[in-house]
Amino acid sequence: MQVNSEFKPKIVAFCCNWCSYAGADLAGSSRLSYPADVKIIKVPCSCRVNPLFVLRAFEKGADGVIICGCHPGDCHYSTGNYYARRRMTLLFSMLDYLGIEKGRTRVEWVSAAEGVKFSTVMNNFVSKIYQLGENVKLGDLRCRK
Amino acid sequence: MQEVIKKRVKELFDNNTIVRAIGWENGEFFYDHTPAVFDSAADMDVFVYDNFCASNLSKYLINHCAPEGKTLVLLKPCDTYSFNQLLTEHRINKDNIYIIGIGCDGMVDIDKIRALGIKGITKITQNGDELVIDTMYGEKKCKKADVLLEKCLSCKGKKHMIYDELISENEDEMPQDASKRFDLVNELENMTSEERFAFWQNELSKCIRCNACRNICPACSCRKCVFDNSASGVASKANADSFEEKMFHIIRAFHVAGRCTDCGECTRVCPQGIPLHLLNRKFIKDINTLYGEYQAGETADQRGPLTDYTQQDVEPTFISDKEVK
Amino acid sequence: MQKIGVFVCWCGSNIAATVDVAEVVQAVKTQPGVAFATDYQYMCSEAGQSIIKNAIKEHDLTGIVVCSCSPRMHEATFRKTAQAAGLNPYMVEIANIREHCSWIHKDKNEATQKAIILANAAVAKVNLNAPLVQGESSVTKRALVIGGGIAGIQTALDIAEAGYEVDIVEKEPTIGGKMAQLDKTFPTLDCSACILTPKMVDVAANENITLYTYSEVEQVKGFVGNFSVTIKKKARYVKEDLCTGCGECMSKCPSKKGKDEFNCGLNNRTAINIPFAQAIPNVAYIDAEQCIKFKTGKCGLCEKTCSANAIDYNQKDEIIEREYGAIVMATGYEPIKLDKFDEYQYSKHPDVITSLELERIMNAAGPTGGTLLKMSDKEHPHSVTFIQCVGSRDISGRGKPYCSKICCMYTAKHAMLIRDKYPDVEVNVFYIDVRTPGKNFDEFYRRAVEEYGVNYIKGQVGKVYEKDGHLVVQAVDLIANKQLVLDTDMVVLATAIEPSKTARDLASMLTASIDTNDFITEAHPKLRPVESPTAGIFLSGVCQGPKDIPETVSQAGAAAAKVIGLLAKDKLLTNPCVAHSDELLCNGCSQCEKVCPYGAISYIDKEVNDHGVRETRRVAQVNEALCQGCGACTVTCPSGAMDLKGFTNRQIMAEVDAICK
Repeated sequence: MQVNSEFKPKIVAFCCNWCSYAGADLAGSSRLSYPADVKIIKVPCSCRVNPLFVLRAFEKGADGVIICGCHPGDCHYSTGNYYARRRMTLLFSMLDYLGIEKGRTRVEWVSAAEGVKFSTVMNNFVSKIYQLGENVKLGDLRCRK
Repeated sequence: MQEVIKKRVKELFDNNTIVRAIGWENGEFFYDHTPAVFDSAADMDVFVYDNFCASNLSKYLINHCAPEGKTLVLLKPCDTYSFNQLLTEHRINKDNIYIIGIGCDGMVDIDKIRALGIKGITKITQNGDELVIDTMYGEKKCKKADVLLEKCLSCKGKKHMIYDELISENEDEMPQDASKRFDLVNELENMTSEERFAFWQNELSKCIRCNACRNICPACSCRKCVFDNSASGVASKANADSFEEKMFHIIRAFHVAGRCTDCGECTRVCPQGIPLHLLNRKFIKDINTLYGEYQAGETADQRGPLTDYTQQDVEPTFISDKEVK
Repeated sequence: MQKIGVFVCWCGSNIAATVDVAEVVQAVKTQPGVAFATDYQYMCSEAGQSIIKNAIKEHDLTGIVVCSCSPRMHEATFRKTAQAAGLNPYMVEIANIREHCSWIHKDKNEATQKAIILANAAVAKVNLNAPLVQGESSVTKRALVIGGGIAGIQTALDIAEAGYEVDIVEKEPTIGGKMAQLDKTFPTLDCSACILTPKMVDVAANENITLYTYSEVEQVKGFVGNFSVTIKKKARYVKEDLCTGCGECMSKCPSKKGKDEFNCGLNNRTAINIPFAQAIPNVAYIDAEQCIKFKTGKCGLCEKTCSANAIDYNQKDEIIEREYGAIVMATGYEPIKLDKFDEYQYSKHPDVITSLELERIMNAAGPTGGTLLKMSDKEHPHSVTFIQCVGSRDISGRGKPYCSKICCMYTAKHAMLIRDKYPDVEVNVFYIDVRTPGKNFDEFYRRAVEEYGVNYIKGQVGKVYEKDGHLVVQAVDLIANKQLVLDTDMVVLATAIEPSKTARDLASMLTASIDTNDFITEAHPKLRPVESPTAGIFLSGVCQGPKDIPETVSQAGAAAAKVIGLLAKDKLLTNPCVAHSDELLCNGCSQCEKVCPYGAISYIDKEVNDHGVRETRRVAQVNEALCQGCGACTVTCPSGAMDLKGFTNRQIMAEVDAICK
């Protein structure tokens, strides 16, 4: 296993196209930094995030998965984030039930105007993942050799 | 009761109400009854109904409610929930189905009898609350309540949710004690994260990906499972890596979340004895606590909790930020 | 196998200073499917686009990845570039290595490695991209303007002038909005009504404009070009087509104790009322809560008085369904409630008023007939104190964090007008900063100070209290660095403005996004200021952010231009990234239908051929014109039959895999 000081986590951030991706853009244009460990995948809406994608990321070695969408009530598609909210709440609860550290998964609502929030959310999430260390419980051991 | 049912089904064949019936027949052993399709009154001679007819027959209707003629199905109270759920999802057409709701006072788990040290069993008959067990070593007795199937321990009641006619003596009786339904889930929740992980790793590592849980599950009724579909990108076989079983079981539980009636068939058929129903029950418990009591299949026109929302739903951070045990 | 070209942009030094672009080029060349990779200073320039076009032709590329700024910036540009070179525009993916990488990371190695991963993820996705073709949808050639203030009026007039039908929905009984309540306007001091009312008359006279006053938008369905809107026209209990606006009923009405909203509640009005003389429509309405006839069943004086027989106590709310191609939000603002600012005595002392109330007091049609009087005793004041930024630029949480923008100028106007008309009145203005950017604005403010002798004091007022029949203002003069205790007769609060309370609900209905202060978010703060990110929804006036009248009018015109541009089209191209159901995998379970916000999914019984087995199955069908591509259905579908074009399960998983590699 890697030593913690050399630990570079892999973090997947699913961002909805309308709010959070734009919030990430705003964080960028405002030069509000957050660790490079975070890699963003654009989805049209937080409701596009299938629990399969979250598990897939863990299977392939992600150390944290965060899903960002428009604030409840502000979804570009009116209701998408409401469904995402239920799905992810249940999924996270299940992962916790299976003994997986609950800090590895997170949902945050970040609007297009919240560049500062985006950066803060990512900084907090990354530092949480650093605390938790490498994802051994859910990693695909075989693929890592 | 077996004979009453047999007689009535034969009548329905004879007066052309139905063209086929789904029930149970003897399997390899007397305690190993299997679902069977009967095409005539004469076929019904081999029909059985006793303490070993646990199989939920509702799922068989997907493939056996052909448009020509009505198919009769025998449903125990708990099976009617699955039936309703299949109706909700348009997987079966009630117009082609004739339901006889049959009474049930719990099904027996042969392994639990064996666990009592009773060997060489040749026949089991019921006498009130007691089972009389004929063995090669003489007659033994045990309380039926002690050897019920796991799924019967949290019986939803003796009432049928849907039927065309009833052959039942205890329709309105409530189960002895369904309050223990979430006891094991609670127990797991109260463990530390490490203990839970160890528990599930131990259980799920037994999985041989035989797919029995999936095939028996009335909610897992996809024409083609996403795990069998090579185009899905997640098709997989057993034991490719340590996470795959977990992924399969989480996704399976998630796919049936809000649709699972808690019929317990998954655990009953698992050849490895994995308590799979504890995954489904966790979702049921969460749904009940977070979004209000919901019983899938209670009626055929409910909106499932995962295709619904309220503006005030709890945030996922409620889970993420919960204190770590 | 795709043949993918990767184009890494330097964006001058914006990317190249932090990301080693050459290393990115080298790294992506090893990725499966990549046939060509290069870098260039400005990919979005003519020359950069030529590089892409040439490479597509030369290397027979089937897909391209541009590693550059955000797709929100130039995705459309590069799609056009690809299309010009004969490539399907949806075979283009953008790796955002500027906003999501070079701009936020300092360490060059770290940023370069991240850029490589982002590029690889985009390559992995393009490997699974399929050409997509945009569909077409029709455009209803009519616009809806929500709000009949100066913003809505100007937008509607401009749209109507271009020859398109436009409807205005106004919640009040008359159009005119806040501007109708103003006395004079800065920086020219012309009378507000004199410049507004001709426009209101134009609205009434314009054949292309239909006015729904005393009405509210109840429901909005559909999408750009095809909105279907339910409007509730509240019962006025007066027949609009018969009422002549003579006002006879008002003179007879015995119920005279209603707060006159138009005069900010400073005087009373009758239960049957026309808000002001120039109201459009010039038609009375009955306030049913105040009307004696409605409360007791007796009275009916107005009915007896009305020679036009326009009174109809049995009138019911009317529900109107209309189709529109575009919707303009022009819902305006309200001054904030001052219940959290007790230190200024606003709710306790009648001589502490808001600036809008002062407008009414100064107005000839106002409660004092235009004479500056104290509301407490109707006496002439000898000193007036203005307090700026009441609730504006407030980070304490009591008020609003933003600058309300109009207060500095209208206070200068008020101060000037008072000093002009009543040179005996001493005028003090407490301010944090005086902000006067705008044509002739600073000149205007300087005139107030230099020519009219208005006393500007930099400092905040701690509290206002009453002493011996006077108001006392306790403040600090920051420049003189001393405590001030001033006697004054009137205090005028430059109250912060906030978006109309209706804006939030409307934004939800329109699926327009809204910011933390309830202002509607524009599609781009600089480049698309009058459009909402939701196609077909446009913004006019203060609903987007604080503005004065000249700014509002120019934005209203800009919104109108955008609407006209939309309505001028006969067909709209639809987003091809829509849901699609694989009928062989579909269970027909109807779960997806339940979560679709657009009603785009329906079920049909269809004969399918499943590997030689022919049978009739119930399968889901997506109406591509209605589907907006959110993907809610795709996750609801357990079998994966429902997928989203452009964001397929496999594409997203390929990105996940590339990132986690």
